[in-house]
Amino acid sequence: MSILEYNGASIVAMKGKNCVAIASDKRLGIRFQTVSTDFQKIFPMGKKLYIGLPGLATDVMTFANELKFHTNLYQLQENRELTPKTFLSMVSNFLYKRRFGPYFVEPVIAGLDPTTDEPFIASTDLIGCPMVTDALSCPARAWSSCTVCVRLCTSLTRAQMSCSSASPSVS
Amino acid sequence: WYQRRVREAVVSTQSTGSSGINAEYGEYIQKNLKLYEMIHGYKLTPNAAANFSRKVLAKALRSNPYQVNLLLGGVEDCGTPSLYFMDYLASMTKEKFAAHGYGSFFILSTMDRYYKDDMTRDEALDLLKLCIKEVQSRFIVNLNSFSVKFIGKEGITVLENIPGSGTVHKDVPPRSNPPPNSSPVLKEPVSLTCL
Repeated sequence: MSILEYNGASIVAMKGKNCVAIASDKRLGIRFQTVSTDFQKIFPMGKKLYIGLPGLATDVMTFANELKFHTNLYQLQENRELTPKTFLSMVSNFLYKRRFGPYFVEPVIAGLDPTTDEPFIASTDLIGCPMVTDALSCPARAWSSCTVCVRLCTSLTRAQMSCSSASPSVS
Repeated sequence: WYQRRVREAVVSTQSTGSSGINAEYGEYIQKNLKLYEMIHGYKLTPNAAANFSRKVLAKALRSNPYQVNLLLGGVEDCGTPSLYFMDYLASMTKEKFAAHGYGSFFILSTMDRYYKDDMTRDEALDLLKLCIKEVQSRFIVNLNSFSVKFIGKEGITVLENIPGSGTVHKDVPPRSNPPPNSSPVLKEPVSLTCL
């Protein structure tokens, strides 16, 4: 079991027609023991921007706080909301800063552009390699659920899903 | 196993290292919370105190980590209680009940079954005794006694210790010396049948 699977998490994001959906489990475990069934892993970073953070729980909380701090600062300085693309660059930058002592999280970003409402999903690995998918989902990390997630997602997604069909699919 | 009284909260820590480490951590948290109260004139809520404790653990994690697992329980001035479970890696959750260590493998199930949201203090104490009984029954290490502290609106009350050994096998008579002429060798042959 690697350090990324110590606490366990599954996060899935899907893009539809003018919508995005992001979902996570709520389990916090310590190896196989479940400690909490109410652990938050998706954090809002703007009115229409969410980041899902699977991985080591302590880094999930630390990284979410750090990101929230910097997005707030950005909004105060620029007087506008972050676009998802810029946010992806920000996340990637912060993760690569810790290249040789990384945060053990592999973020999944889902959001709509604040002005054009264009859907956007992306994910990065733990050292910040950005992966913007035109494909319809980007599942992420958990002990044994990763491959299951990928297969489920590829079978459940369709092009140009509407909002109402996206949320049951992603759950 | 080390407890530190932190105003309206009890920080209980359990260390895999030397107990000097968690004494230092507990005192550090305690004194900083007191300092906050002195500077600002009001006490920190348990939520704030827990997040502060987490921050200290998380900051130290990548340089000089504290090997402390903790349960931080506190009651706000308005009477709302909260319990925070924190790992030595600084992962924190707010829980209705929590446990650390090997005993947690047993008593989390017990608490899942018997915990109710609106328990009274006596009911909670009964549940605690049940948990201890469970640990005594199932856990390989024999534990002498358990200290109990109750955190309420009025502050921290130290309740009387719950004895560990002797809570399970009440019906078994105390061990006495064997009769003088008995030998340990069996009188009759015993056949072992393999199934």
